[in-house]
Amino acid sequence: MSKRKIFVGGEFLITDSEPGDMFIVEEMTTEHKMIYSAATDFVKKEILPNDEQFEKINEDYARSLLEMAGNLGLNGTDIPEAYGGEDMDKTSTCLVTEALGGAPSFSVSFGAHTGIGTLPIVYFGSDEQKRKYLPKLATGEWFASYCLTETDAGSDALNTRTTASLTEDGKFYILNGEKIYITNGAWADIYIVYAKVDGKSFTGFIVERAFPGLSLGKEEDKMGIKGSSTTSVILKDCRVPKENVLFEIGQGHKVAFNVLNIGRYKLAASTVGACKIAITEAVKYANSREQFGRKISSFGMIKNKLADMSIRTFMAESLVYRLAGAIDDRFNTLDETAKQQVTENAKTIEEYALECSIAKIYGSECADFCMDELVQIFGGSGYIAGYPPERMYRDTRINRIFEGTNEINRLLIPATILKRAMKGRLDLLNAVQVVGEEIRNYLSDTVIMGDAPLAVQERLVKISKKIFLLAAGKAANRLGANLEEEQEVMGFMADMIIEIYVMESGLLRAMKIISKKGESNAQYHDATAKIYINDTFPKIVHWARQILSYVEAGDDQAAQIATVNRLADYPPTETIALRRLVAEKVIKARKYPF
Amino acid sequence: MDVVVLVKQVPDTESLIQIAEDSVSIKTGDLKWIINPYDEFAVEEALQIRETQGGTVTILSMGPEKATEAIRTALAMGADSGVLINDPMTAGGDALTTAKVLAAALKEIPYDLIIAGQRAVDGDNYQVGSAVAEYLGIPQISLVIKEEIFNGKIRCHRVFEGGTVVVETPFPALFTTQRGLNEPRYASLPGIMKAKKKPLDIKTLADIGIDPAIVGKAGSKTKIKTLNFPSERQAVRMIDGESGAEKAANLVKILHGEIKAI
Ligand SMILES: Cc1cc2nc3c(=O)[nH]c(=O)nc-3n(C[C@H](O)[C@H](O)[C@H](O)COP(=O)(O)OP(=O)(O)OC[C@H]3O[C@@H](n4cnc5c(N)ncnc54)[C@H](O)[C@@H]3O)c2cc1C
Repeated sequence: MSKRKIFVGGEFLITDSEPGDMFIVEEMTTEHKMIYSAATDFVKKEILPNDEQFEKINEDYARSLLEMAGNLGLNGTDIPEAYGGEDMDKTSTCLVTEALGGAPSFSVSFGAHTGIGTLPIVYFGSDEQKRKYLPKLATGEWFASYCLTETDAGSDALNTRTTASLTEDGKFYILNGEKIYITNGAWADIYIVYAKVDGKSFTGFIVERAFPGLSLGKEEDKMGIKGSSTTSVILKDCRVPKENVLFEIGQGHKVAFNVLNIGRYKLAASTVGACKIAITEAVKYANSREQFGRKISSFGMIKNKLADMSIRTFMAESLVYRLAGAIDDRFNTLDETAKQQVTENAKTIEEYALECSIAKIYGSECADFCMDELVQIFGGSGYIAGYPPERMYRDTRINRIFEGTNEINRLLIPATILKRAMKGRLDLLNAVQVVGEEIRNYLSDTVIMGDAPLAVQERLVKISKKIFLLAAGKAANRLGANLEEEQEVMGFMADMIIEIYVMESGLLRAMKIISKKGESNAQYHDATAKIYINDTFPKIVHWARQILSYVEAGDDQAAQIATVNRLADYPPTETIALRRLVAEKVIKARKYPF
Repeated sequence: MDVVVLVKQVPDTESLIQIAEDSVSIKTGDLKWIINPYDEFAVEEALQIRETQGGTVTILSMGPEKATEAIRTALAMGADSGVLINDPMTAGGDALTTAKVLAAALKEIPYDLIIAGQRAVDGDNYQVGSAVAEYLGIPQISLVIKEEIFNGKIRCHRVFEGGTVVVETPFPALFTTQRGLNEPRYASLPGIMKAKKKPLDIKTLADIGIDPAIVGKAGSKTKIKTLNFPSERQAVRMIDGESGAEKAANLVKILHGEIKAI
């Protein structure tokens, strides 16, 4: 495999990547391909034919599926071989997660089990804890769950009321409190519970179902994912052996948040799988439903929808696998001893925290967009229970809420960038200065653009970064320490950062494919990058103008906005014909066309 | 018991098939490739036989280098080793030349039993298994839905119009699979990782000692003249009429007058 340059988290904002720096899913190895087909076959044959089973709770069925997944090795891609897993790369995990993302409800049960349920032990458990629990989680004999949320601790997760206190003999912690909305609640055999030791030190515990003092609330009646279990978990003088403290006392936030990072990019992978199924359903229906004597897929309005669903899914897929590749590359720089060290693992995961938030937001919103258009393509039938869209529309909605709401994730993105800039981990300040100079000297205006494929789009992505740096620099400068309180500004900054990462990921993938296969064999990739960047660039400009018109005033404001307008001056790309081209490909392929 | 399974890599049955410019082949650029589904039954049966009888399972395939993926999948299901005959001179051959190549390769692979799919879902020739048995001069049983091995013999249940027939033969023998024989297992992730390390030999025609002139396009007895898609199914038409008799009369009118079928 060719060596990819390793970028630190957030560096994409200040350094341009080459296509060669990014992993694309088309570079899968034969083993990756086989893994993906094993997982998609499992979903296609064992789960999708029974999709009506997932409109209600069926524990036996869920357990049998988890065990079947265990037999196939799908539960253990992140678990070391010594503890019953396969210790595969993140790309493999992503492929499995994506495939399972197509499974109604079970995708969530499976995601919580293999992600936030299992990973706290994988990354933070002691050898003994790993030996005791991981093999059972890998086979699927045991279901795992992750218990962070409480009535008063939702987004404000550290506001935990659950307490833990050591018994006099020093052998047990006694846990008291109640967790709510816990995925796999009624089925779990182990619960990763976060509690404050002596009401102060936030700490993780591995709590077995059988420990005295643990009980469960009733099943919640949910909008969607009705085949997954969600209950409260009640701890009343629950006796947990001291050996079941996860990692260190007072270090629970490291466990909770690092695991959520991984959970977030896995959630994104899962939404990609769901979007692909939505596209298949949408095009199948559009190719068969006739109105006005024509298939509705022959109408431009419907074609636009099929194209846009595929284009956004392409973007989500590009960024998810780019990120998986980046995390893998970083893990591969660790030597064998470092890999065994909790702190090294945690550092590696933390590095890409903001990219993980981007993936979570973009994936969940892409899926909402796709499910919404799926309903629309089905017309009235889209609203009627029994047809797939109605269920898929309800099922996907949770993705914007759990694993950190999209608002919380949006706030995390610029906050992380700013924090790293202050600490000197990311040379943002210098980048802001350089752009300032460039603008003063009109350097950015000198367009030297070759006629290489996607040269215009490459330039627009670069300009987007400059516009971001300009606006963010001014916002930080004017608002200073108050910036975090100015959430609307933070939100615009987050949206710019997200879309820059998305555009760049789609662009680099298209460029890589063009250079591998030739322009004539990559016309759909080329069209997709052109359409998406053409449509998104004006949004970047809009957000920047909004920020500047809020934080600046008078002549300064006029000057800054004039600068943005100058940078933003570009001829539009024609996208009507390009969208038709992409749509025709979807219509012919009868599925996601990439 | 040493079992050899004949496997072909074919386009996924859900793929969009497009006819190539030469009008005698299909476009392969965007296709997804899988193991021929009937060959999956064959692999599964071979693995089950190995579980009860011991021995080895070898996968034999002819095709482009890409076909190693199909062999790897069979290895991931549990087969022991694979052989791919990969030679540009085999291109453009028909079912008979394929059988000649496979039979030649089988001269060097020890076997008691050969299992093949009844047909490959791409060419739909139904010939390769039988022809291999003929070239090797061994007994063959086709369309098998159940087999039992005892006292050095194999007893197979094969389907025919309206019933099944039970056929018995000593080894070595060849049989072909029919749907219903078994439920093929999935390749598991650990299986996939193990498959990476299993032996997979790639051989040319020279390696198996066969004259290129009698295989491939040169040796073929049949030739594809042109490929066409079946005409699209017409919309369903309901026959009007107040009563059954009236409907029948209208139907006859249409069949006779309009369609001129009767
Ligand atoms: C089906 C389901 C499964 C779940 N599974 C699990 C699980 O397995 N384990 C687990 O621990 N939890 C789980 N949860 C809980 C989930 O993670 C929380 O519901 C979520 O984090 C939001 O918390 P909350 O409900 O308290 O909302 P709140 O935090 O009250 O948020 C309400 C609204 O305010 C916004 N908001 C909150 N704080 C801020 C802020 N500082 N700035 C701006 N906006 C803000 C939020 O974005 C949201 O829009 C699950 C929930 C559901 C519905």
